[in-house]
Amino acid sequence: METDPKIITAINRLEDALLSLDHIEVKKVLQENINSHDHLEMLIVPALERIGLKWEQGDVALSQVYLSGRICEEQIDTLFSQDSRAQIDEYPRLAIAVLEDYHMLGKRIVYSILRASGFAVHDYGRTTVAELVDRVQTDQIDILLVSTLMLPSALRIQELINQLRIVDQKVKVVVGGAPFRFDAQLWQEVGADAMGYNASDVVAIIHQIKDGTL
Amino acid sequence: MTSMTSMQRVLTTLGHQEPDRVPLFLLLTMHGAKELGLSIREYFGSAANVVEGQRRLRAKYQDDCFYNFFYAGLEIEAWGGETIFREDGPPNSGKPIISHPDEILKLEPPKVQDSPSLLKVLEATRQLKQIAGDEVPIIGVAISPFSLPVMQMGFEAYLDLMDSHPDLFERLLQINQVFSVEWANAQLTSGATAICYFDPISSSSMIPKDLYLKHCFEFTRQTLAKIQGPTATHLASGRALPILENLAQTGTAVVGVSAEESLADLKEIARGKVTLLGNLNGIEMRRWTPEETKQNVIEAIAQAGPGGGFILSDNHGEIPWQVPDDVLLTISETVRQYGNYPLQLDAEDGR
Repeated sequence: METDPKIITAINRLEDALLSLDHIEVKKVLQENINSHDHLEMLIVPALERIGLKWEQGDVALSQVYLSGRICEEQIDTLFSQDSRAQIDEYPRLAIAVLEDYHMLGKRIVYSILRASGFAVHDYGRTTVAELVDRVQTDQIDILLVSTLMLPSALRIQELINQLRIVDQKVKVVVGGAPFRFDAQLWQEVGADAMGYNASDVVAIIHQIKDGTL
Repeated sequence: MTSMTSMQRVLTTLGHQEPDRVPLFLLLTMHGAKELGLSIREYFGSAANVVEGQRRLRAKYQDDCFYNFFYAGLEIEAWGGETIFREDGPPNSGKPIISHPDEILKLEPPKVQDSPSLLKVLEATRQLKQIAGDEVPIIGVAISPFSLPVMQMGFEAYLDLMDSHPDLFERLLQINQVFSVEWANAQLTSGATAICYFDPISSSSMIPKDLYLKHCFEFTRQTLAKIQGPTATHLASGRALPILENLAQTGTAVVGVSAEESLADLKEIARGKVTLLGNLNGIEMRRWTPEETKQNVIEAIAQAGPGGGFILSDNHGEIPWQVPDDVLLTISETVRQYGNYPLQLDAEDGR
């Protein structure tokens, strides 16, 4: 899809508008190019992925990533009715949580990007290991996204995964946050199935899990 | 070259001259609790514990400063906030003290003298000064007025405030400035040699350069001018490269830099203008082998050591509780072995 010159131009416009926090231009680009919920994949997802990649490379700041996701999320809420969106019980059932930390921004960014990309997500907020194991079982979650900022919380994910494996062999655990960026081996050490270097990575990871390639 | 005191070593490098060896700041906080066999909560409960912890840590690792930093949330305690302790990491701030932007209209800066938490740090600083005399610098800490709102209201709400409520944002900065300046100066009066001005939100990891120039640069210059002693701006793992020239113009003597950036690239800009502090990866350090530790220290010294203007440290301003003693000892030994001026390292060592 991204080879279509019209779409490429629209993605470029959307990316520029998001990075300059131009709400009006974002709305205009989306109105001109999105006719159905399926079109999110070809416009919003690539724009947010590019911004995520730029964050990873140090070319944009976290505030821009956060506000880009939030602006897209707001526009999607305006453009589409609740009925037209993915449902919370559709496969894969997604949940997102912050483990023990009190810093919620990372989770908020990923949540916005997922919603702007058309996914429905259970938001568990700040939780403990025991609460999370319980909720994952109750909601029959397929993919659990865990955000951490502090190293001790990142290390606690190992305990979470050990407990999850006892009750549910299938759930995939995807981790993200500063400790994982600063130590590229940490996600494997704690036993996670995947790690997102930036918030937008999560969309591709979910597709890989859906396709059975992860 | 004859051996210098830690103070002479640090002052020489701050003057962009080569001292006897590269100074080392091991910015250890919670490790003092391990030395004393106390929980983190017990340890930070008294000034005497922290003083004894700092004394033992410096005797063990022979680094070049005392660090009076307890934990960041301690400043929020002065604003009426709570702290949540954990057994294996730094205490966190609890529920934000600002739950709605309009509350900023009624917010007043707390007085240092009214806060038992802050007074505890001042007491520790006075006691450290008795030990340090004029031979060891004591590094105090103040969270910048620009970064304090992350703990006051949460990161997300703060970014929204910056984006949507410019008047309230401006007012919050002014209120915070009054507090931060009083807090920094109280530490200097109690014996701190310099203030580590933690300002992660100004880093290019957090806000784009244009926003930094719009909201932060001039404000920081004015704030630092009111602090009656030298300052080191620490970006707490955040990127500095795009704004390093600007940071140097704020009047800060030192910039704490990230492991995500090349010290060689940073040094190109910093040389002769501002001292670099960093940039060992504190997260990765937890699992470094002795060989990796040695290599990382040598690499940092080779990249940023020539000509002075460099203090070896971690990249965050606080070494995680999980970093084992033998890694810290290897860092210290490697600096003593390879950090002596004139440096005997070549480009290959700084790869």
